[in-house]
Amino acid sequence: MPELDWQFTLALITNGVMIGLMYTLIALGFVLVYKATDAINFAQGEFVMFAGFIAAAGAYLGGLPFWICALLALAGMTAFGFGLERVVLRPLIGRSVVAVIMATIGVAALLRGFATLTFGAGTRAIVMPIDEEPLFLGPVMLPPVQIVGAGVSLVFLAVFTWFFLWSRMGIAMRAVADSQQVAMAMGINVPRYFALAWAMAGIVSALAGVVWGAMLGVDNQLALVGLKVFPVVILGGLDSVIGAVVGGLVVGVVENLAAGYLDPYVGGGTKDFAPYILMILVLMIRPYGIFGRPLIERI
Amino acid sequence: MFHRESGVFKTSYVADMAVYPLPIAKWTVAALTALFAVVVPLAMSEYYLSILNLILIAVVGALGLNILVGYTGQISIGHGALMSVGAYTAANLITRLHAPFWLALPAGGAMAAAIGTVIGIPSLRIKGLYLAIATLAGQLIIEWTINHVPWISGGVQASIEVPRPTFLGTQLRTQTQLYLFLLFFAAVAIVGTINLARSRVGRAFIAIRDQDIAAEIIGIDIFRYKLLAFALSSFYAGVTGVLYTYYLGVANYEQFQINVSIDYLAMIIIGGLGSVLGSILGAIFVILLPIATRWLLEGLGGLFLSSADLANIIPNLRLVMFGALIVIFLALEPEGLSRLWRNIVAYFRVWPFSY
Repeated sequence: MPELDWQFTLALITNGVMIGLMYTLIALGFVLVYKATDAINFAQGEFVMFAGFIAAAGAYLGGLPFWICALLALAGMTAFGFGLERVVLRPLIGRSVVAVIMATIGVAALLRGFATLTFGAGTRAIVMPIDEEPLFLGPVMLPPVQIVGAGVSLVFLAVFTWFFLWSRMGIAMRAVADSQQVAMAMGINVPRYFALAWAMAGIVSALAGVVWGAMLGVDNQLALVGLKVFPVVILGGLDSVIGAVVGGLVVGVVENLAAGYLDPYVGGGTKDFAPYILMILVLMIRPYGIFGRPLIERI
Repeated sequence: MFHRESGVFKTSYVADMAVYPLPIAKWTVAALTALFAVVVPLAMSEYYLSILNLILIAVVGALGLNILVGYTGQISIGHGALMSVGAYTAANLITRLHAPFWLALPAGGAMAAAIGTVIGIPSLRIKGLYLAIATLAGQLIIEWTINHVPWISGGVQASIEVPRPTFLGTQLRTQTQLYLFLLFFAAVAIVGTINLARSRVGRAFIAIRDQDIAAEIIGIDIFRYKLLAFALSSFYAGVTGVLYTYYLGVANYEQFQINVSIDYLAMIIIGGLGSVLGSILGAIFVILLPIATRWLLEGLGGLFLSSADLANIIPNLRLVMFGALIVIFLALEPEGLSRLWRNIVAYFRVWPFSY
């Protein structure tokens, strides 16, 4: 049945693209922090989960409408990003990469435990005020939540590009990313931009948390989407916004195709597995990613 | 015989690196050996010994991870999975070939070392963050493989029951017997690590940690020593996995998931990176903390919390405390508990006549 096969492939690819755009959203938060502060955020998935919990808590405890909940998550995560930078990351400036990685792993454990302690272990839903009926484009079925997610991702990407290319703050942030010392000499307040970068990571995570929470439901398993961030950013290059987009799309499509074609043979779970195989290959061939800059090291 | 020095009077590197800097050190080691090998197993009840056994197992794993992270400056988030490699290797050998412990233990370690070396290969081109991610990938891939290959995992539940080890014809049934068994291996691991750090290999590891390019320039073969660090560290991890399997009586991948990797990272950060004493203190701390919390919560919280609530609260509270402790120690005392201990010792060195 060649025709059916073709349709199946198309459906897998389209869904992969949608999911890929949503991965991009999460990966952007990661890239942003890395670009500006050279810090690696192993807690990105937990950021997303925490944002989801805030939004869900607004709906469940306060009975607030969706938009207010989303704004609540945005505000909460922005404040959280600022606070985290001040309390945890700033004392670690100038310390080794490994120290920062382990600190964010600590933050991840802290968030996961804290969220489950305060919000309980059950799964909560975030209900978007949109039609539940899936959209049919020829042979391809698209759930509306995915379309909204991909849309949010695209809009944010446009805003992001504008911010970095033309806004004063974005240019200053690029200067900080390029060389902290030179940026300081030019009168840029570097610690302020570090805080800003973390706050922006909080904003991105809030959007991702609402979108992913609406799709998967909010519980501590939501943090697992954070594990997909690493293949995405490694593939695209850690310091590249375009890389996050391309990486997100590739990972989304690859994992969907792998799940569609390999799962029947190996008994499931390929979706979580294939991106990592891809990532290992990239790490061996081109560790700085497709769009990343190779690191030149001096003593 | 029991004198202590009142300051630092060493004039040669040999004196500085000596295992026993003063005669009293020998007596201390002898006293500790007597305490742990004779007094403790006689004096303590089975329950407390079972906790001590967990600590002894964790000490081996923490020492192994510290060789990699603390001494060589590489990072691994995949040690939990390497322990499962050791555990399943041994479990298969024991159940299929009836291998005795003196064969199963090194075999588990060697298998973990082989796979750990493969995971370590990317460390030659990439470091820091990239290595963290590569080892994370290793963790997930090993977990997936064990879970999806019934030949390794022994079927649907992915768990293999393993009988307790047999020593001189008697099976180790009680916690006391198991304690002496584990104590021996923990002691070997401790002595091995202390001497490793003093050797040529240990110095090469430390040089790589401090500045790997500089180390390469002064003639250290980075390729060899980085892989050696991964192999040694993974060997310890594999042995830890086998010991834990003997302790539990079953090999199960759920005991070696990513949170275990993070527990061990927490041990060496809280205890002290690049320190044998730190690995031991960290293992004690991380094992005892949840147990102490449980006692406290069940004592106090039993009044107003149901047992179902407690079952939910304790693991999450544990996560929160570990997360917070990792962050606090990294920010405030990067050298961990071992540094605090050394500060106390330094204070009492000339006490009460300090000036």
